[in-house]
Formats: sequence, structure tokens, C-alpha cells
Amino acid sequence: MLEVGGLHVSYGRAQVLFGVDLSAPSGSLVCLMGRNGVGKTTLLKAVTGVLAPRSGTVRFDGRDVTRMRTHERVRRGLGYVPQGHETFPQLTVAENLQVAREAAPGARRSATDDALDLFPALGALMKRRAGFLSGGQQQQLAIARALVTEPRMLLLDEPTEGIQPSIVQQIEEAIGRLHASGLTILLVEQYLDLALRLADRFVILDAGEVVRSGDAEQLRDESVRALLAV
Amino acid sequence: MGALNQLVIGASIGAVLLLAALGLTFTFGQMGVINMAHGEFIMAGAYTAYVLQPLAGGQAVLAALPVAFVVAGLLGLVLERVLIRRFYGRPLDTLLLTFGVSLILQQLARDIFGAPNVQVRAPGWLTGGVDLGGLRIPYNRIFILVLAVGCVVGISWYLARLKQGRRMRAVMQNRQLAAVSGVATERVDQLTFFVGSGLAGLAGVALTLIGPVGPTLGSAYIVDAFLVVVAGGLGQLRGAVIAAFTLGVLNSFVEFWTANGASFAKVVVFAVVIGFLQVRPQGMFVLRSRALS
Ligand SMILES: Nc1ncnc2c1ncn2[C@@H]1O[C@H](COP(=O)(O)OP(=O)(O)O)[C@@H](O)[C@H]1O
Ligand SMILES: [Mg+2]
Repeated sequence: MLEVGGLHVSYGRAQVLFGVDLSAPSGSLVCLMGRNGVGKTTLLKAVTGVLAPRSGTVRFDGRDVTRMRTHERVRRGLGYVPQGHETFPQLTVAENLQVAREAAPGARRSATDDALDLFPALGALMKRRAGFLSGGQQQQLAIARALVTEPRMLLLDEPTEGIQPSIVQQIEEAIGRLHASGLTILLVEQYLDLALRLADRFVILDAGEVVRSGDAEQLRDESVRALLAV
Repeated sequence: MGALNQLVIGASIGAVLLLAALGLTFTFGQMGVINMAHGEFIMAGAYTAYVLQPLAGGQAVLAALPVAFVVAGLLGLVLERVLIRRFYGRPLDTLLLTFGVSLILQQLARDIFGAPNVQVRAPGWLTGGVDLGGLRIPYNRIFILVLAVGCVVGISWYLARLKQGRRMRAVMQNRQLAAVSGVATERVDQLTFFVGSGLAGLAGVALTLIGPVGPTLGSAYIVDAFLVVVAGGLGQLRGAVIAAFTLGVLNSFVEFWTANGASFAKVVVFAVVIGFLQVRPQGMFVLRSRALS
């Protein structure tokens, strides 16, 4: 579904990614891990086209999308939930979802119902402005916002970071259900326990390079844990 | 009596200010672009009515409203495509560039229509006025007020109810999130500029009702229009409405009370706005939310 090859990305003169390879087969849940500042968010931004790579390729669904613009990648089925539970703060919850659904030409109206099934708490908040929700509610909205476009792959950047524990559990369940329904997922996650419960495969970044990757089982390895310790 | 009279005059100055400023709530308020050529889009709207006069005769003003919207809107669209989009995030460069464009457009108007002012005849049904117990309110002033109110209602509806308006608000609140939600943000920028500039065209048509049309028509209003948007709080329609009428009324009273009216009124209005912004630099209203506070 997603293949990233030899990706080099910089901010101005500061290079952050040095030839990253990563692949997420159709239907898999790949967990992207690594300490703070190693380049996980940068990698997702290059995959979605928010950042242009200096070199390397991004293939999505059998097609080279390296030069394609962000909104076109989204319309082809690449959903992205950025780090930090972002929303359109002055729009209501309903409008937040509407903007995304209206932008996706093929998305069915019922996609909104499906997303609300996953996060029933949002149903009661539809008329509230997103800026006034709690962080956890905003994160649920952010994920729902990506889902109403009916993506074939979902990129999630630390969806549980700084979120109250009760909602972390709901988010974890939701990710599990999405994975079970066949959605391909690339999840950035710092909690090893959560990654162990959800992932099929993992990739660990360090200083802008892939240092380990493999099956979820290998995450239990001590040497792998050492790469994640702060 | 005198006070009431000044209040009516003030409201009508306010309506003109509001019309001139409404477009800026889009291009400046929403997008943060300081477009000094906005005044020349107003001027283009006014000349549109003048050009239509031989065709539409006495009804040129009415016929010109939609045409001027499109003419000024297209001018804005071209400016955005050709120049402004290359300078997003560089306000000073944008200011200088668009100032240059405004001078070029003024000269262009001089070359096409000549330097002397021209006149657009008001429709017959706008001559005269209503008498309210000795107070006379001309129909053309009422028309401008109605037009301004109509524009405000139309814009509110557009922003709140239409897909395009919702999209526009989304892009202005979080551009990157809009892009990753599938919104073609560049297209939205173009539409925002088209609508904002088109509104300037409407203002220009309205101005033909209260004075002659000349190449520098717009530059007389540009500073006041920016003042209205800044004082109202960037991008806040409600703030712009209140600011425009407050400044209009203030203007008319100061002019009334002081000997050499107009220029002194300008100074007072400036001082009041600057004083106000010292106390409330964010303007009357601001976007408020947990995310921003
Ligand atoms: N906008 C930016 N400009 C310059 N450097 C940045 C920017 N964003 C991130 N960086 C740098 O890039 C590196 C990787 O950041 P990031 O991808 O956010 O890491 P992670 O998501 O793994 O915590 C960090 O050293 C960070 O300081
Ligand atoms: Mg990050």
C-alpha cells in the first residue's frame, strides 16, 4: 500500500531524514517508533506531501506520488492525523467533519455515521466549536475528520500523546477496530505496551535513519527496548 | 435636531466605510494580505458603472452591481495569481508591490478615461428623499445603507452556510490541516481574493451615488478601510460593522463641532483608533478558543 524509498528530507540546511526506507503492506498496522526528535513526524509529513523530500520516492497504492500535491494524495485515499490533536477551532464539530467530507469527491455521507460509531462521544458535541473541546475530544475529532474521507490508509502521529487515560483506551480500541476492518495503518507511537498490543510490524528510527525493523514479536527484544529508552 | 441629523450623516458615512472595508475583511482579515490596490478595485467598480451608462442609461448603477463585482473580482484574481501569491508571509514586500500596482492602475484609469472626474447619473427613483419631521434623508444614502446591510447579510450566509464559505474559514484557521483534509488550499485562496476584490467593486458602484468618479477615488478610502478592519478585529465581520459605524458617526460629529471640519475629523478618528489599539491591540473581537488561548 505504501512504499517509501531512500527518503532524504531537510528543513533548510538542516537535514533530518537520511535515506529512510519503509513499507506498509495492504491491511497491515506498522508502528513507527523512536525517541523524540528522530524524525518520525518529518517522515509522515513527507509521505503526505506537506514537506517536499530532497530525494527519494513515495509510492502509494502502486503509484509514485512523490510530486503529487497533498490534497490530491488525500483524495486518493491517504488519511493523515497530525500530531497534537489539531482541529479547525472556530468551526463546530459537525463543520470540521463536513469540510473534510466535502473535499473528498467519492466519500459517502454514511462515512460520517461510521466515524461517529467509532467515537460515540462526538455525537453529543456536534454543535460545539472544536476549540472548546478537551484535548482527548479533539483527538477523537481529528481521527474522525480523517476517516470521513474514507481513506484506504491512515497515518496517525502520536494519537495518544498528552491525552487523558480514559480516552487513550477508546482511541486504542478504535485503532484496533479500524485495523481489523482491513484499513492499512501507519502509527507513530511512543508507548511500547500499546505498540505491542496493536502492531503487526515495527520500524525504529534514530537520528533520521531506520535502525531496526521487523515483526511485532521482535519488539520484545531487550536490544530493541534500548533503542527506545530515553 | 442637530445631533440626530449628524447621527444620520454618520450612519451613511459608516455605510460607505463598511462597503469599502468589507472586501478587506477577506483579503486582509482572513488572508493577512495588505493589498494597497484594494482602493483601485473600488475605483474600477465606479468606472464600470460609468462605462455601462450609455447602455443601461439611468439604471447604470443597478446594472453595474453584478458587473463591477466580477470586474473587480477578476482584477483581484489576476493580482493574486501573478504577484501576491509569490509573497505570502512577506507583508512588507506585498505592501510595497501592491502600492506600485495601485499607482499603475490609477495611471491606467487616467489614460483610458482622462484625468478629469466623470459623473454617473443616479437612477430617477433615487432622487429625492424622505422627510422625517424636518430631517431629510436622501434616497441614495438609504440605498447605500441597504446595500451595505445586504452585503453583510450575504457574506454571513456565505461563510456560515455554503460549502465554499466553510472551506474558506477552515483554510484561514489551519491551512495545513485543511490541505491534509483534502482541501485544495490554493483554489480557496483564489476564491477568497476574488470575493474580497469583488466586494470592492460593489463599494465603487455605491460611491458613484455620492460623488464624482476619478482615478484617485479609491485611494481616498483605502486608509480608512484598513482602519475599520484593524479596529474591528481581523476577519471579524461583526467587529468591522461596529467599527465602521462608530468611525462614521465619530467623523460626522467632530466635523459638526469643529470649525474646519473634515481634516480635523480625520485626525480625531485616527487618534481614537490608535488609542483604542493601544488598549486592545487585537481589535474589538478576536478568534477565541482553547487552542489559541
Ligand atoms: N519546522 C522545522 N524547522 C526546523 N527543524 C525542524 C522543524 N520541525 C522539526 N525540526 C527538527 O527535525 C528533527 C525531527 O523532528 P520531528 O520529525 O518532529 O521528530 P519526532 O516526530 O520524531 O519527534 C528535530 O531535530 C527537530 O528539531
Ligand atoms: Mg513528532
